[in-house]
Amino acid sequence: MVRLEPRTEKSVAAPFVVTALAIALTLVAGSVLFLIYGKSPIAGFKAFFIEPLQSSYGIGEVLLKMGPLLLIAQGLAIGFRARIWNIGAEGQLILGAIAASMLAIQFDGSASPYLLPGMVLAAAAAGMAWAGIAAWLRTQFNANEILVTFMLSSVALQLLYYLVTGPLKDPMGFNFPQSITFSPAATFPILIENTRVNASLILAFIATLLAFVFMQRSLPGYKLIVGGLAPHAARYAGFSDKKAVWIALLIGGGAAGVAGAGEVAGPLGMLQRNISPGYGYAAIIVAFLGGLHPIGIVFSSALMALIYVGGDFARLSVGLPGAVTTIFQGLLLTFYLACAFLLNYRIRTTRPAPAAVSSSAEATP
Amino acid sequence: MTETIVFIIAGTLAATVPLLFAAIGELVAEKSGMLNLGVEGMMATGAAAGFVAVTLTGSHAAGFATGAGAGALLSLVYAVLTTLFLANQVAAGLAIGILGLGVSAAIGKRYEGTTVDALPKLDFGPLSDLPLIGRAFFDHDIMVYAVIAAAIATGIVLTKTRLGLVIRAVGESPHSAHALGYPVIAIRAACVLFGGAMAGIGGAYLSTAYTPLWAEGMVAGRGWIVVALIVFGSWMIGRIAFGAYLFGAVSLLELSIQGLGVNVPSQLLSASPYLITIIVLAVISRNPALIRLNSPMSLGESFRASR
Repeated sequence: MVRLEPRTEKSVAAPFVVTALAIALTLVAGSVLFLIYGKSPIAGFKAFFIEPLQSSYGIGEVLLKMGPLLLIAQGLAIGFRARIWNIGAEGQLILGAIAASMLAIQFDGSASPYLLPGMVLAAAAAGMAWAGIAAWLRTQFNANEILVTFMLSSVALQLLYYLVTGPLKDPMGFNFPQSITFSPAATFPILIENTRVNASLILAFIATLLAFVFMQRSLPGYKLIVGGLAPHAARYAGFSDKKAVWIALLIGGGAAGVAGAGEVAGPLGMLQRNISPGYGYAAIIVAFLGGLHPIGIVFSSALMALIYVGGDFARLSVGLPGAVTTIFQGLLLTFYLACAFLLNYRIRTTRPAPAAVSSSAEATP
Repeated sequence: MTETIVFIIAGTLAATVPLLFAAIGELVAEKSGMLNLGVEGMMATGAAAGFVAVTLTGSHAAGFATGAGAGALLSLVYAVLTTLFLANQVAAGLAIGILGLGVSAAIGKRYEGTTVDALPKLDFGPLSDLPLIGRAFFDHDIMVYAVIAAAIATGIVLTKTRLGLVIRAVGESPHSAHALGYPVIAIRAACVLFGGAMAGIGGAYLSTAYTPLWAEGMVAGRGWIVVALIVFGSWMIGRIAFGAYLFGAVSLLELSIQGLGVNVPSQLLSASPYLITIIVLAVISRNPALIRLNSPMSLGESFRASR
């Protein structure tokens, strides 16, 4: 007989087993998906997970996409540990991109070494301000932060469209909805030659270090975790420590804002309509898949980046539609949540008890 | 002016159908304690599946049935995750939301930009011929009236019947309901499936009647507005329906303002539903007693029978 039993203490191996199992199940489901499209699963997986890693271009692209995912997920995970659900990182990223771009456009042509750091700080502040709206509405008006952060993302997108077709549009740009190209002082230096990997990746690893220290070694971080571990029935209605709400949302917003600066001052080199292929949403999955742990998130962000790049490779070489990437992301989170059960419960196989004992056990009230 | 008013009333009644269908389903799910944030994904899947069914069979009934089935199937994933695997409801809702967007894009890929015949309008004879009123209220397809009937029926079932009492008991206190012998998990799963089916019907209405074409991303945030509507309506069907019609009207006003050529950035108009949602959410949620009194006590919490 198989029976589930709550764990009395945390298992060291369980987090690894859970993530490995979730990835394995996603691959199995992915094979079925490839077959539905009439493609051989082997060719599909090769395009998705092997080919990107066979060229320096592919590896560079994976590292490039890993940066924003890692940065945003570290910020979100802190909030999620406290059960504060910021699902609007996409909007906070956009605000960060806008703020950084405004500085780059304002000081176009400047060679000041302070321009880029200034852009990063402005981006962090803008992301924090955008998330801060949700924190303020939550703490002052009790408004649910899940809905507010999501709605603010939609507003941020419209704000971006307005700016790139109006005030921030390149006057010499033949009416294309994009800003001027940033000058070299307003862009991150390339980190690895012949790739697009830039110095913003270092920011993501600094954020990882900070997140680790904050969550594992600091008192405010400890308070956040404890707050999250004792959830209350009225959580959805919104009753919790106001300070935790502010800290969680500001950290998440700041990290996402910096990621926005990393995009416009990185591979894009300008402000345009499409800044992010859904990094803000994918980072939610990355945070969970990494077990909401700063170290785990390093690996899950690499995997998610690989899925992004692999999706592009698969579209070009095998002809799989782009939707497959989204389905993969959804499947990963779905299977992770199913397997996460093993974090708190363990499966015990016991021999069926003798009939007499079980009936007497049932008779006892 | 009267023309504009007729246009807004008629348009509001139609624009509200997808919102209200999905909101009815989400209300029932939340009443049983299940906070399913995947409405956007369920509507998108229903829209894509329903559209394909109408394209292939030419039957709108088949379209709605397929949409309902697809929405329910996706919500089954959520139900399994949250009831059997005790997954966090917020995370599980996001998971099926993403999954639904991917699946809908995959289903609809081949049909991108194609159209079907819209659901035919009912003929009320002399009523439809009434000046102005006829066009405002009696020139619609069957779903415009069906959604009102569904809202009333759901309200009656939830508040006046034994079934409704059991659902509410499960949502307020699953442990008490379990102790009384009610199958909490089965009831919660059934409510979630109902929610998925209704969201699927709402989505199918979008793609086969409201704008009878398939375009990826056509649900355009409606699923999230539906989740917000439940809070606006403080879990009461009458208020939820009122909120839904109000939102339908807002989307129509947006169209009218653009039509009148008022000089407002189009992006501000596009952002207005979200801005209004945020403001209304803050105003309604401001009164914690109202929320605490009306929201199901166990909303968002997983249930595991303790023996």
